[in-house]
Amino acid sequence: MVEVSNKLVEVKDLKTWFPIRTGLLRRTVGHVKAVDGVSFSMEAGKTLGLVGESGCGKTTVGRTLIRLIPHTAGTFLFEGRDVFAIPPKQMKPFRRQVQMMFQDPFGSLNPRMTVEDIIGEPLQVHRIVSARQRRDRVADMMEKVGLSSQHLNRYPHEFSGGQRQRIGIARALILEPKFLICDEPVSALDVSIQSQIINLLQDLQKQMNLTYLFIAHDLAVVEHISDFVAVMYLGRIVEYADRDSIYAHPLHPYTQALLSAIPVPVPARQTHRIVLLGEVPSPANPPSGCPFHPRCPLAEGRCAQQVQTLESKDTPGHLAACWKTEESRRRYLQRSKKD
Amino acid sequence: MTEEKNILLSIRGLATHFYTEQGLVKAVQDVSFDIRAGRTLAVVGESGCGKSVTALSVMRLIPWPPGRIVSGEILFKGESLLKVPEGRMRQIRGNDIAMIFQEPMTSLNPVFTVGDQIVEAIKLHQKKQGRQAWKIAIEMMRKVGIADPDRRVGEYPHQMSGGMRQRVMIAMALSCSPSLLIADEPTTALDVTIQAQILELLRNLQDQEGMSILMITHDLGVVAENADDVVVMYASRVVETASAENLFNKPRHPYTRGLLHSLPKLGAKKERLEVIGGAVPNPLRFPSGCKFHPRCPIGHDKEICRDHEPPLKEVAPGCTAACWFAEGYPRD
Repeated sequence: MVEVSNKLVEVKDLKTWFPIRTGLLRRTVGHVKAVDGVSFSMEAGKTLGLVGESGCGKTTVGRTLIRLIPHTAGTFLFEGRDVFAIPPKQMKPFRRQVQMMFQDPFGSLNPRMTVEDIIGEPLQVHRIVSARQRRDRVADMMEKVGLSSQHLNRYPHEFSGGQRQRIGIARALILEPKFLICDEPVSALDVSIQSQIINLLQDLQKQMNLTYLFIAHDLAVVEHISDFVAVMYLGRIVEYADRDSIYAHPLHPYTQALLSAIPVPVPARQTHRIVLLGEVPSPANPPSGCPFHPRCPLAEGRCAQQVQTLESKDTPGHLAACWKTEESRRRYLQRSKKD
Repeated sequence: MTEEKNILLSIRGLATHFYTEQGLVKAVQDVSFDIRAGRTLAVVGESGCGKSVTALSVMRLIPWPPGRIVSGEILFKGESLLKVPEGRMRQIRGNDIAMIFQEPMTSLNPVFTVGDQIVEAIKLHQKKQGRQAWKIAIEMMRKVGIADPDRRVGEYPHQMSGGMRQRVMIAMALSCSPSLLIADEPTTALDVTIQAQILELLRNLQDQEGMSILMITHDLGVVAENADDVVVMYASRVVETASAENLFNKPRHPYTRGLLHSLPKLGAKKERLEVIGGAVPNPLRFPSGCKFHPRCPIGHDKEICRDHEPPLKEVAPGCTAACWFAEGYPRD
């Protein structure tokens, strides 16, 4: 495969704030800063895993990028073009290139439409093929995602969860987009079905040279599928690196805690687990300074006042937003030696 | 069955059926296992395998219609739970056996404060009144790690986060010091860092109180780290039972093996995941013979698997498996 080195996606300082309105006059009294200054870039054909706990803003990032939610500030360059500057009426060509698939295979398909209509609807909207050809394209796509094309006329309720997720994938890919945003694509599925869908997504990526933004909370799944990983906490990216670096040498105390919190399917493993105190604060009223400092085992005075910007530490390309990466790295090494 | 001491709850041949408009759903068939005193037994399986229905059957909370326990025996401290009158069962629920659920929001009443709800449990089961009941409630909240319980006891469920609500549920369940806690997917709705907190809390409370835990889950990581004994269910039946260590080191049933291999593991760096083909069968149309045979790498082409359901039999000390090839299968 030929490596394309130019960036397909570049997101700079993206902010999505939701106003909090109260009173008779619906005055804005504050903002929920769901996404507060997120930047990343992606090369074609690669997968970026975006991980974090519920409420960290990872889904909002995905929805803002395809303009389901208006952005507050920042830019999104897709193939060098500023997407947020495109007038709404001229969005169609962009939407052909960028598609999204959702978590819930039950809620995201119209129960009154046949599979053929569900998968073929994008072709109709974009007026790409005639009605005749449409059926062939849909049948091809169904075979590609592992569904029998004889089931064209069935309705969503006749399919299992895993098959419905395949329908969702077929619908997202029928326009042959370049960039697919996957929002928790496997978390609603059973364990034995998850691996089928993950393998399918990887096969399709190779066949169609797709670029994935893979939004998930399951760090094991993200490790398996991603080339790069960004960890979000309270609307910001706190750590970004290639997959191997971030899993082998996590720098940010939050990433370390997240990794150590995952129960591993190996019995009686002596784990030196970092159990975080407290909970994720509300994004409407985030703590001062580093948003993680109230839960951070390493926090000191400076952390409560100033946020460290996301920057490269001693390995180029491994970014962390933390003042104390030296100390946290040392502590993590000691801890893993004990295991 | 040999009489063993330290068995707190014993289930034999349990069958629970649902009579639905689409037909008869045999949600639980011939399920048997024992829970040891002071230990954690995990029931694992995918959605629809019957693990939650098994738990609800123990509590006798199967709604009729459409559901009914059709046969089997559940012995709890020598008492046959399926035979005792409803009044006695009501005493056992809460006092001796308590249950927590997956979704702590829907199991708490939104119009009462959490204090009211914990106090209600205490008043009902312990015959403690007024101020004394409130004192116990606050003490319980402190025990489950809720900071500032004197103030939070007056809060409503919506003012609390998911992790806090689950702590309230645990406080309520443990307020009467039950000897068995049934936890139905207790951390599935929670984030991993909160899940770690809740599981640690349950382990600590178990050490202090010495209760048994019946944990229903689909997460094999949670099983490995918390369970002493494991029961694997597939399509309404038990397919394998073993100690946690044996199950993960030497799974006997092809389904268990498939599940363990299809999990993405941290640090595994596999190119591709192994898969179990096909999908979980519809309980209205279970396949003939061994219910796993259409998806099974060994049994999909074997006559015996297609025609005959394998019984659950002992394949090694302390390990049982329901598979015709559990013993004869080549070692991994």
